Amino acid sequence: MSGEAVRAATLDGSGKDASRRDIRRRLAITLGPLLVSLVLAGCVLLVLGVDPLAYYGFVLDRGLLSPLGVQQTLTRMAPLLFIAAGLIVAFRAGMWNLGGDGQFLLGAVTAAASAPLLVQALPHWLALLVAFLIATSVAMLWSLVPALLRAYQGVNEIITTLMMSFLGVSLANVLVKLLFLDPATTVPQTRTLAVPDRLPRLFETTITSGLVFGLAAIVIVHFVMTRTAFGLKLRTVGANPRAAIHAGLNVPLLTVAVFAISAGLIGIGGAVDIIGIQGNVRADWNPAYGLAVIPVVFLARMNGLAAIAFVFLLSVLSIGGESAARRLGVPQHFTMVLVAIVLITLAIAEYLDHRFNQARKV
Amino acid sequence: MEPIKDHSGPAIVTLDGVTKRFPGIVANDRIDLEIRAGEVHVLLGENGAGKSTLIGMLSGLQQPDEGRILVDGREMPIRSPSHALSLGIGTVFQHNMLVPTLTVAENLALGGRWWQRPKIAELAARVADISRPLGIEINLAARVSELSLGEQQQVEIVRALLRESRLLILDEATSMLTPQGIAELGALMRRLVERGLAVVFITHKLGEAADFGDRVSVLKLGRKVGEIPPEHLRTRDRAELIDEIVAMMFGRQAGDDAVSVPLRAANDDGLLEVRNLSVTPTADAQGLDAVSLSVGSGEILGIAGIDGNGQKQLAEALAGQRPATGGSVMLAGQPLDDLDVGGRRRQGLRYLTDDRLGEGTVGAFPVSVNYFLKQIGEPPLWRSGIERSGEIVARAQDLTRLYDVRTPAVSTPVGRLSGGNIQKVLIARELADGARAVIFNKPTYGLDLANTLATRQRIRDIAGQGLAVLLISTDLEELLSMCHRIAVISQGRLVGIVPNGAGAGERVGRLMIGLAA
Repeated sequence: MSGEAVRAATLDGSGKDASRRDIRRRLAITLGPLLVSLVLAGCVLLVLGVDPLAYYGFVLDRGLLSPLGVQQTLTRMAPLLFIAAGLIVAFRAGMWNLGGDGQFLLGAVTAAASAPLLVQALPHWLALLVAFLIATSVAMLWSLVPALLRAYQGVNEIITTLMMSFLGVSLANVLVKLLFLDPATTVPQTRTLAVPDRLPRLFETTITSGLVFGLAAIVIVHFVMTRTAFGLKLRTVGANPRAAIHAGLNVPLLTVAVFAISAGLIGIGGAVDIIGIQGNVRADWNPAYGLAVIPVVFLARMNGLAAIAFVFLLSVLSIGGESAARRLGVPQHFTMVLVAIVLITLAIAEYLDHRFNQARKV
Repeated sequence: MEPIKDHSGPAIVTLDGVTKRFPGIVANDRIDLEIRAGEVHVLLGENGAGKSTLIGMLSGLQQPDEGRILVDGREMPIRSPSHALSLGIGTVFQHNMLVPTLTVAENLALGGRWWQRPKIAELAARVADISRPLGIEINLAARVSELSLGEQQQVEIVRALLRESRLLILDEATSMLTPQGIAELGALMRRLVERGLAVVFITHKLGEAADFGDRVSVLKLGRKVGEIPPEHLRTRDRAELIDEIVAMMFGRQAGDDAVSVPLRAANDDGLLEVRNLSVTPTADAQGLDAVSLSVGSGEILGIAGIDGNGQKQLAEALAGQRPATGGSVMLAGQPLDDLDVGGRRRQGLRYLTDDRLGEGTVGAFPVSVNYFLKQIGEPPLWRSGIERSGEIVARAQDLTRLYDVRTPAVSTPVGRLSGGNIQKVLIARELADGARAVIFNKPTYGLDLANTLATRQRIRDIAGQGLAVLLISTDLEELLSMCHRIAVISQGRLVGIVPNGAGAGERVGRLMIGLAA
């Protein structure tokens, strides 16, 4: 017992030295793997016959350094931040909502269908608000089946959310092609929300104000999860469901709430992408943001503030990657290859660090 | 049963002062054990006595924290299951480890070199060599899923022998067998030891120990409390042996607490009244059948019984954590039946779980938060749902001081504390702020002696202050050392309530193993 106490005491490390060493170690096991991944991904590019330096330079230029690029990057962040916020709520509560794509697209399609009609009848701000609410409710409803199955029957939500996501993506497509079709165009797509009716842009740029809402959402989620009773209840359910039952928490109800909040935020993400940026939904449109954000949330260790930085990184990579795809002929999905390599090398670094620590302790 | 001849040979494996701790509990406390060739060595003990941990260390799944393991007289850490096999230690686990969709032959060939085609013909010859003298028949072509559990077990034993095991460990081998199958297994063990093998037979059934053992070691709460050597075993008849083993399992040990039942005022008003409480059994949990009891102010009512007879379900149903199908619970005249866990807690009914890390605490959360896990969101520590860190830390520091929790800081994750200190965190949580009746479920399970004594004293103290205490324990001595009355639970029913006093121990002990008091 005393030995354990001593070890715990040194780990708590009141000394500044220890904490500085800790920060340095954290930086090393975060930045080291990033560099290794860039090298590994570079090797993949070499095999494809592309100069990796040119590619990275291009990504950096188009995603971050050029004025137009950085505006696009910040605009792209808006829907991604909402998705990240939704995923953080679910993951921290120990529930694996992998149905983000379905929830996102249904939110997007219902917003696209309702907003152009609503702006004709209601004041502008109210129309957009109602469109957002509709999108949120539809996404929440879509999560109800997995939520109820998990809460009352213990059915694994990984499977059900994934399946519901396939259904959701297909349903969104069917809606676009059959029900919400814009009769005025020949390509199957929804009515387009006129640019002046969309969310205002920030200052004199092309950046959507959805970015501000996204930042607010993720900061609020972070605060709720770390500082409120509700967040603590969710974290208890996530960390030890049996302790949650023992402590008298209503676990089924909290489960349904988690799914609703998570799906609702992701649905808002879809609505922001349409009402703020795209203006309409074309048939077969599926950016698959939901799956792309999952690794980002893991990299951030489900910390909302860290997630902002990682979402920014993902946006740079995807905007830059899209430009590079057009210019250098590298497939657009290469961004995801890069993100995947980063994730794997980080996991390996973490494992090695853990092993090293264990070895030092024994 | 025929008289047993003396086959005892040299010790194959010797345990010397082996100790194993897990987060929160001491699973094995300085165990000495000698396993000799030619003997069936029975390890007897209740659930949680430390049998499985001991097997884990013998079969290489776990490493002891202290003490030595000697193989053939030489010190030899058993590093892994494959290392154990190469030392000649084969284990047949409680839940069998055969692949049901494969045939017996394929199962036996598993674990061979992956680049070679299994030599089934050669295998068949070896299996025949092994199984014929033992009088068992193995159908190599049969699919495992078609075999009875007894037959599957025989396959596992043959598999262990195929790998040239000299020491065969059978973990709770009879738990799934029919009486006929148990008798067959007994005969098989006899033939195995006659051929010079050592068998370690783990069970919690007294009768099997007396019937099959050459040597019996009794484990209790992680400690070895007695051993009956072959000379002694052979000269006693079955009833005498069982009596002797009961005395070991439920008798007093050195270091046990002195008997001291707290005084209580004469008023015998029931503070906690339970009437006909019933719970439906589930697939893995015993039900409750019309349990009625009454605990007075200042009274400690013990619940004795073999583990798994509904103790946990009783505690959970009282705490509101498990739905009751019938009956009523009253605290100081107020019905609690419509209240949930939080409501009952606020009325003053507290439940201290036996599963400290599994459900009592969230190991990764700091000590401070774990104190208040059952009052998340309640003022003054939360205001309008927002955490007040300052108040939480201050209150946590008060409790830490008051209940003598040894922790580096209240921000330390609770999972890093020792079992005794985690228990103090739970005690602080349950006793603070207006407790009136407290249910303790195995409060000293897995604690070292000092913490055990401190916990018991704490329970006596709160009874002395007029709280009602329901003390569930599988340790009869503990109950005898502090309870006013002891109720015995068996298969979800209370089979008797015995006032503590002279002769109470024997009466409770007999009720526990299903005999009339």
